[in-house]
Amino acid sequence: MRELTTTRNNPMIDPSLHIWGGEIAIYLFLGGLVAGIMMISGYFLLRGRHKEVECSCLRMPALNIVLLSLGMLALFLDLEHKLYVWRMYATFKPASPMSWGAWILLLVYPALAANLLIKPPERLSAWFPFLSRLSGQLNASQGAIRAIAALNMALGAMLGIYTGILLSAFGARPLWNSAALSILFLVSGLSTAAALVHLVARDRHEREVLARADIGFLAAELLVILLFLIGLLSSTSVHIEAAQSLISGPYAPVFWVFVIGLGIVVPLVVQPLVVSHRIAHTPVAPILVITGGLILRYVIVFAGQASHWAPMAVSR
Amino acid sequence: MARFGMVIDTARCVGCMDCVTACKTENSVPEGFNRDWIVYDTVGTLPGLHLEIRSERCNHCDNPPCVYCCPCGASHIHERGGVVLVYAYKCSGCKACIAACPYDARFIHPEGYADKCTFCIQRVEQGLDPACVAVCPTRCMTFGDLEDPNNDVSRLLQSRRYYTLLTEAGTRPQIYYLT
Repeated sequence: MRELTTTRNNPMIDPSLHIWGGEIAIYLFLGGLVAGIMMISGYFLLRGRHKEVECSCLRMPALNIVLLSLGMLALFLDLEHKLYVWRMYATFKPASPMSWGAWILLLVYPALAANLLIKPPERLSAWFPFLSRLSGQLNASQGAIRAIAALNMALGAMLGIYTGILLSAFGARPLWNSAALSILFLVSGLSTAAALVHLVARDRHEREVLARADIGFLAAELLVILLFLIGLLSSTSVHIEAAQSLISGPYAPVFWVFVIGLGIVVPLVVQPLVVSHRIAHTPVAPILVITGGLILRYVIVFAGQASHWAPMAVSR
Repeated sequence: MARFGMVIDTARCVGCMDCVTACKTENSVPEGFNRDWIVYDTVGTLPGLHLEIRSERCNHCDNPPCVYCCPCGASHIHERGGVVLVYAYKCSGCKACIAACPYDARFIHPEGYADKCTFCIQRVEQGLDPACVAVCPTRCMTFGDLEDPNNDVSRLLQSRRYYTLLTEAGTRPQIYYLT
């Protein structure tokens, strides 16, 4: 038996680390969602779908700017020294994933704006007539459309992967300390994005493509979760303990029911029925995927903070 | 180049918490927060219990993840002695450094920035010991330059058995506990 008693008792640290709340989970979810939508929009642009009036790739950039701004707001709300947020932009620290993230977020906005310019919202071009002219010039050049598509796909991938690296770089938190986390967040971002675009898409063909794509993304997500758990379970005792907090510990009910069951397995059953036209397109599966993606971020953020290297300390 | 470190004799420490009080007084640590603390580590089963008492704080690691993860350049290694410090005026309070520390040695100061043990750099630069070392009534703590073979810390490490906390976390901590 080993018992540790500490007199430390610092707020947010003891009895177990709790520095990040829902803001970070929501930010990681929205970051992944925006990243996925950027990649899907980029794909549709490359396929020349922007020539269709109803293409989601023309409408999603505006929504994406709103979602990304909400995510950055959540991030800002989490800061404890808010007036000093500009310090992140006064330097670049290549060893810090958070520094990479701060700069990637800044680069994402111009990429989204360029995508928006392909077909600016009518109200915006009524205020700024030059936008319509610019849009005309963009649409006349196939190279420019391709460049915007490639830019959105590349930055989307960087944004999606970075949200996972941000957590996996913390060696001090065994649950997060897995390179699979970056791939998991990227794939989860893609699956939630495909679900959201599927929900709002007006074009029938697009809905079919997205429902089909979501099956692939969800299957990949399940596989990456499996690899993530195998990696932890075959590592040191603290990593095994961290994995067990998800598999059979305090986070297991939420993990199995909401993340795996309702968030991945049920949509994986429903979407093939939709794709094979045995049932009509239903918003149920996409809504479950989106909710599952959000809860995944919550579970990982909270369970990760509870995982630790030191034996459990008892405050007194 | 100096490399400051601390050697703490667990056989002498009685857990009186003078080091904690001295730190709070010297560094005006706000009420409810601690830069150093006492850990009572009990191993075994009755009647064969073994109790070890440790004064713990930031380990001023040689491979400090809290410095590497900082996006603002606030967490840094001091030019003298490898002491890990925070520029409060650069810190955005993102808490990445707190997540990165396996020892949970950092906290958020009520004013919003990350705070931690500084090895009392203000005293050390005047040639004094850190406050916790200076007040210890059992003299269980020794502070000095680990790179100077004639220094007390180096001599203790040459003559006694010691360990560091969570060596397996790969941070190369610079606080040594004598057993």
